[in-house]
Amino acid sequence: MDAIIILQAGVATGTVLLFATIGEIFAERSGVLNLGVEGMMLIGAMTAFSTTIATGNPWVGVLAAMFAAGLISQIHAFITITLQADQVVSGLALTFLGTGISLVLGEGLSKAGTVSLLPNFSIPLLSQIPFLGPILFTKQSVMVYIGYLLVPLTWYYINRTRPGLNLRSVGEYPSAADSLGISVFRLRYFYVFVGGMLAGLAGATISLAVAPGWFSELTTAGQGWIAVGLVIFAQWDPVRAMFGSYAFGALRRLILDIQGPTLLLGFDNPFYYNPYWGFFLQMLPYAFTVIVLVIGSREAMRKRLGAPAALGNPYVRGERGK
Amino acid sequence: MRSRLNALFDALLPVLATLAALGVGAVMLLILKVNPIEAYAALWDGAFGSSNAFAETLVKATPLLLVALGICISFRGDVINIGGEGQMIIGAILATWVGLTFTGLPGWLVVTISLVAGFLGGAIWGGIPGVLKAYFSVNEILSTVMMNAIAVQLMNFLLRGPMIDPSQAELASKIPQTARLLDAFRLPRLAPTRLHLGALIAVILAIAVYILLWRTTLGYRIRAVGQNPNASRYAGIKVQRYMVLALLLSGAFAGLAGATQVFGVNYRMITDGSSSGFTGSAGFNGIVAALFGQLHPLWSIPASILFGALLVGANKMQRVVQVPSALVIALNGLVVVFVVSSEILRKRRQRRRLADARQEDETPPPTESGESQIKQAETGA
Repeated sequence: MDAIIILQAGVATGTVLLFATIGEIFAERSGVLNLGVEGMMLIGAMTAFSTTIATGNPWVGVLAAMFAAGLISQIHAFITITLQADQVVSGLALTFLGTGISLVLGEGLSKAGTVSLLPNFSIPLLSQIPFLGPILFTKQSVMVYIGYLLVPLTWYYINRTRPGLNLRSVGEYPSAADSLGISVFRLRYFYVFVGGMLAGLAGATISLAVAPGWFSELTTAGQGWIAVGLVIFAQWDPVRAMFGSYAFGALRRLILDIQGPTLLLGFDNPFYYNPYWGFFLQMLPYAFTVIVLVIGSREAMRKRLGAPAALGNPYVRGERGK
Repeated sequence: MRSRLNALFDALLPVLATLAALGVGAVMLLILKVNPIEAYAALWDGAFGSSNAFAETLVKATPLLLVALGICISFRGDVINIGGEGQMIIGAILATWVGLTFTGLPGWLVVTISLVAGFLGGAIWGGIPGVLKAYFSVNEILSTVMMNAIAVQLMNFLLRGPMIDPSQAELASKIPQTARLLDAFRLPRLAPTRLHLGALIAVILAIAVYILLWRTTLGYRIRAVGQNPNASRYAGIKVQRYMVLALLLSGAFAGLAGATQVFGVNYRMITDGSSSGFTGSAGFNGIVAALFGQLHPLWSIPASILFGALLVGANKMQRVVQVPSALVIALNGLVVVFVVSSEILRKRRQRRRLADARQEDETPPPTESGESQIKQAETGA
């Protein structure tokens, strides 16, 4: 049990949540709640893994995963934006659909053997920084570094650019955006697609970098749902999403590591001598998510920070309000 | 005449949705290089081909219907319960504990107490997200999903630790399962098949839920809160209390579903580490069945049989044409996709009907005020 190893692994596994959470932030900021993240991530993980087996190139796998997950997200976009149907039900359907398709097409992939994975490397100078260097910049996956770049870029895009302003306006006040000539439908389709692509990227990060392989629905093990929860905790802000994701990643690793040593803080380690106690530990990330939701929801209420005002509402041209 | 045609069209929508889903499924089968006709024939044969097959379909439909009944209550109250899996597990754990503890009592009594325990266990597991939603404004979709994961680990802990079959505890294999229930504690069979009393209980409860929702004040208030919480508040309904109640009742029915699985089918709890290993994903598929039955308890009966048939038939299909049975998960998703998409057709025709009515007489159209919505809730779905 080494704090640096736990944090280092936490950043790596947290990168999966980070991509999925930022993707969902894009979709929700445009006013579309997409509960299908889990399904899209499975599609991404399966596509990335099988494409890499077929082509031998993990980067082709990553691109295929992003495209496949983006494609399936468009089903949700069509149902909720064009047909104006219920976003919750449609998102659930997308989870079923994505899970089913990836399990059917992924059948047999778990025995596929080894594939070429995404590279790990250290950043020269930066890895020499005391404490932070070994955690953030030593032997991390290339995906982790992409995550570092994605967060500030996303923040800048949403808060400081014209297209970002359009994105926010479509999610907060679509009829006003529409009157300014911004196409609400087109932007919502686009950001649901972006959300899907990032969920696919998250899936690819699992199967090609962080926990390589295909383990049917255990590949994601509910992380898509945790990502949807983190969006609320993050208050739709990519920087907060980053802290939340890494904290979760570290927690998952801590749970694994705590079961290893025979002594814990000088006492006999109960998790070592009674392995079934470990299942209690495995509840923690989920219990923690609930706590995070309680805190996040209260804070949001107190500060009157809320979800994008039009989140969950279909936009109907010419209808009053909303 | 026209209104009758409209009603017919409404009733046909789910059928059309199913056919459309099967059509897309056929395309997927073609991609997998399987003859869809052969695959669907195997599916049909597996589900309805013999009395045993049909009984198996009903056995699978039973937990779906029970979960679906809970979903009818919660979704009508505008509370989304995705926690059926966890609620089934907790209900089953409590019921199993009762069944393994009170071995000295008569069978009918233990079975009754166990089913009640299952009901309560599910109620607790549904009630927690209910309280979190009503008093801490925590999104219930996420909290119920998290409660599922927590329940799974609790099951894994109990079945490997405190509740493990004593004979397994001594073996090296340590299969995570409880001891077997006494033969006297099994739910009676209804026919010389695996069909058990739970199926009958579920149908009776479907009628009970129908009465609850449309013939009692409690059900009326749950629906009123679901349609318009603000108007309900002005009308003096304690909105938060009914939110909790909707989720609690919803969980209770799922818990009962878990209990009937133990006492009617498996006679013990066993885990493969996942929730679907115990529930067969009934906690999720029950949502599909309820949506398909248009959130109506009685329509949920045929809907559950349909999805039970899909599940049973998929196993046969896997054996005959070697298609992974997970295809059914995708089919379920497609059915929901088409059902929810077809809503817009219904809405459009409703709007047109309103417009027609407006032209015919000059009565003002119903406003979207709280009062009229309350009235809508009163008169029914």
